[in-house]
Amino acid sequence: MYHYNDFDKAFLAERNRQFRAQVERRIAGNLTEDEFKPLRLMNGLYLQLHAYMLRVAIPYGTLSSAQMDTLALLAEKWDKGYGHFTTRQNIQYNWPKLTNVPDMLDALGEVGMHAIQTSGNTIRNVTADHFAGAAADELEDPRPVAELIRQWSTDHPEFQFMGRKFKIAVSAGDQDRAVLKAHDLAVRIVQNGKGEIGYQIIVGGGLGRTPMIGKVLNDFLPREDLLPYIESTVSVWNQIGRRDNKYKARIKITVHETGLEEFRAKVEERYATVRPTFSGVDQDLFEDIKAHFAPPAFRNAPTVEFDSAYDANPLFRSWVDTNLTTHRAPGYAIVTVSIKKHGETPGDATADQMRALAEIARQYGHDELRISHEQNVILPHVHKSDLPAVYAALREADLHTANIGLVSDIIACPGMDYCALATARSIPVAQQIATRFDELKLEHDIGHLQIKISGCINACGHHHVGHIGILGLDRAGVENYQITLGGDATWDAEIGQRAGPGFAYDEIVPAIERLVKGYLELREGPEETFLQAYRRLGLAPFKAHLYPETQANAA
Amino acid sequence: MPRAFTPKVITANALIEGDVIYFTKDDTWTRDLACAEYLTDEAHAQVRLLEASQQVDLVVGAYLADAAEGENGPEPTHFREEFRRTGPSNYFHGKQAETQQQDGQAA
Repeated sequence: MYHYNDFDKAFLAERNRQFRAQVERRIAGNLTEDEFKPLRLMNGLYLQLHAYMLRVAIPYGTLSSAQMDTLALLAEKWDKGYGHFTTRQNIQYNWPKLTNVPDMLDALGEVGMHAIQTSGNTIRNVTADHFAGAAADELEDPRPVAELIRQWSTDHPEFQFMGRKFKIAVSAGDQDRAVLKAHDLAVRIVQNGKGEIGYQIIVGGGLGRTPMIGKVLNDFLPREDLLPYIESTVSVWNQIGRRDNKYKARIKITVHETGLEEFRAKVEERYATVRPTFSGVDQDLFEDIKAHFAPPAFRNAPTVEFDSAYDANPLFRSWVDTNLTTHRAPGYAIVTVSIKKHGETPGDATADQMRALAEIARQYGHDELRISHEQNVILPHVHKSDLPAVYAALREADLHTANIGLVSDIIACPGMDYCALATARSIPVAQQIATRFDELKLEHDIGHLQIKISGCINACGHHHVGHIGILGLDRAGVENYQITLGGDATWDAEIGQRAGPGFAYDEIVPAIERLVKGYLELREGPEETFLQAYRRLGLAPFKAHLYPETQANAA
Repeated sequence: MPRAFTPKVITANALIEGDVIYFTKDDTWTRDLACAEYLTDEAHAQVRLLEASQQVDLVVGAYLADAAEGENGPEPTHFREEFRRTGPSNYFHGKQAETQQQDGQAA
């Protein structure tokens, strides 16, 4: 993984020094809140419902054990003993005091982490496939590209005060695990007919008020053209994007209103000017970055311990069958640690759990951890012979829930329990759904099913691309939940369809239960997933389960 | 026709702690909604909001929030303000915990 050089360290120390001084000037009354707000946002500091919130970037979701230990330290020393992993591979602290934030940032700086550009109208934390460097289906590790983009976009003078935020994701997998088509811009690493590696550029995706699926802007870019092409694209949008209406300011609206062809022509025109300014220094930097991401020294060892534990322990077997993914190296596995214990807050880990994860990664996982946009933690490189020990250590830390990809592996934004923008709560809805299906003991029978919950139209909980999406709204002063069906976050990305009238807070969990039980009746067999059944049958039969009274009245 | 004025309180977040605070009759800030000044006159409410907003070294984002008269003082009328005066529902953190602590200290 990437290690900061002297330049990076000096840059970050200087930036933290500046922010410390800005905080001091705000407290002394030399900066007004209007002056201070854009400065604190640019350093990841929000003011939420009950307190400040510090959002720390976890670039492309990659962490070392030492970094995870520092995240635990922040939770314990300056917060209430826990942190919240988000859908953008960040971690949020919900209770810091303004006066402590400069110390928190300094502590992060010690391990090469920061909160720069995790808010504000800038290029945000670059996300990537959480299985990067480990997945069996990927062309190459996408993280060097993500790191190159992170370095290029950090403090980029042209892109510090844009019309709106800009989110970039990178992936090289056969499967899309990074929701590329829901990003302002996405880089998909591809291979052309001649066997050369290059980049497909997808633009104009996004969820929120006007959800849109990204479109292909460029089918194949040679390696050396990537940064100038992205710079040209962001530059065109930054110039022609709307600044009169914040809801129409994202690039998805610009592409939609301008038309893809014309937008592409404008990018090409800008590119003619921008390309010559790139001397090739970015490619030298890229070569240097690539060296940081050399794969760990995988060992060749027998897997007897794994096989015997798998045969002997049904709980271990269930966890293995549910939480593991095929690794590219023989004898290895990718472990997804569920941060979705039934009844707990999706994505919340205590300081003790973070330390346990760091220790497990140190002992058994080549010192690497990942955070997924699905709000789970990944141990990307675990030798199978170590899996029984890893499972035992996870049990100790209460992190052994076997529910990855199942109905209780729910994405949920913080909602109105924390967020100042929220219109309704999401966390308790997620907790109750997970608890209910655990009681029913049905989730392994139900199989792959993604529920995603957002507490407002901004869709941080990705509800539009959930197989079942739940959107919490304020309807005449009461929480109300709308259900969408058939959303998909993969290459076949699709925006879910609204099922009908919303449900009150105390009706939403029973509604989801009716819907899922309805699916069990409707499916052709256990191999047909919820999404497949929905695609085969359409909305109507599911609606009949969601709104039985309406059906009865109509009959 | 303009909508009829409904009673309000002035609320904000504290500059240092970031927690929820309410403006009182004597120009100070309280962490207890019941102790907030209850504003029933629109013109007076606007003047008080200006006065509250001037305390820039103490507060951030002062605004008028709907309230109703309760037994012990102002009460929230919307669930957002109810959450603000209570704390999150997934953990016993925020105001609900602090109030208990204060009660404990008083007892």
